[in-house]
Amino acid sequence: MWQGLYEELKDRNFMVIAVALDSREGDPLPWIEAAKPTYPCLIDRDHRLAELYNMVNVPQAVWIDELGRMVRPAEPAGAYEGFRKMDRVTREMPAEAARMTAEAKATYVNAIRDWVLNGAASEHVFDAERARAHVPAPTEGVARAHAAFRLGQHLIRCGQAEEGDRWLGEASRLHPDSWCIWRQRAGVTEHGLASQSDFWAKVDALGERRYYDTVDMKGMPR
Amino acid sequence: MVTLLTEIKEMVLPDARAEGERLWLSPAELEDATGWSSEPEGLCRDGVCVPIPPGRERDFLRDGHVDVAAVWRHLGKPIVHTADGSAWVLGEAAGERAAALRSLEAPDFTLPDPAGRTHSLSDHHGKKVLLVSWASW
Repeated sequence: MWQGLYEELKDRNFMVIAVALDSREGDPLPWIEAAKPTYPCLIDRDHRLAELYNMVNVPQAVWIDELGRMVRPAEPAGAYEGFRKMDRVTREMPAEAARMTAEAKATYVNAIRDWVLNGAASEHVFDAERARAHVPAPTEGVARAHAAFRLGQHLIRCGQAEEGDRWLGEASRLHPDSWCIWRQRAGVTEHGLASQSDFWAKVDALGERRYYDTVDMKGMPR
Repeated sequence: MVTLLTEIKEMVLPDARAEGERLWLSPAELEDATGWSSEPEGLCRDGVCVPIPPGRERDFLRDGHVDVAAVWRHLGKPIVHTADGSAWVLGEAAGERAAALRSLEAPDFTLPDPAGRTHSLSDHHGKKVLLVSWASW
């Protein structure tokens, strides 16, 4: 998804780092091979990035300036709620939802472009106070969830799938907002169609709550 | 024999002893795995020392060994382990994560690409970086 943007802006001192929060190491590979990206695509099987940056879903992006500072902490990367209106059999989206999904993506990409070209002068760059307001504070439960996730992943890699899955379940219980953790667990116990229906059930259970948090960005559809 | 997973390491410690909620390490193992050492001033790391509560020395130190689980709990950091004590994870405290994020310094990390080559965020210091997470489903 970011290849085009990277190619356009790479000579402007810009880099993309894509990280797959995928614990089954083989899973991201076909995607990466097909995309043939020219920027680093990394595999994060223990979800280290989710822990460090307090990410709960994918795709989420962080904007980091030349001095290594976050000018936009982790947020949905141009992703939009529109998919919830998708027909689950045909996978078609109603026209309005499709339009807003495309608009959300275009708005986000344009904002990145504006940042790369204009740096700190970009309206999309947060000052320190605003950036801090967008950094959620991990709770003790979340910190424990990451430890439980790590233990579960280790046990699964050692061939102890059942006990490993119990720890992933504990991690999910401690960090219910994390779709990343949930997604990995769903992959352990079931595959294919079964895990898809679990996913939709969990999305439906959100009710009025959002799957992707709103993004504090001018022009971003709500 | 115990497998110990910390923030950045995975180690097999042949001499570590797990006893229920306690995990006894030699001072060398403790420092190697966590960077913490037991000094007269208390538990120390990177020049910062945390005193052991008076009268509770035996909760932390016995026969020259240190209960890293007691240390971790005392520091408010999460610790989880398998029922049989064969694998332990020493996690990082929520407060420390929160403080690190509030500093707005992007946390560094090192991860492999599909060919197994490792890459760090700090490799790209001096550039604007768009860090993006994704998953295959």
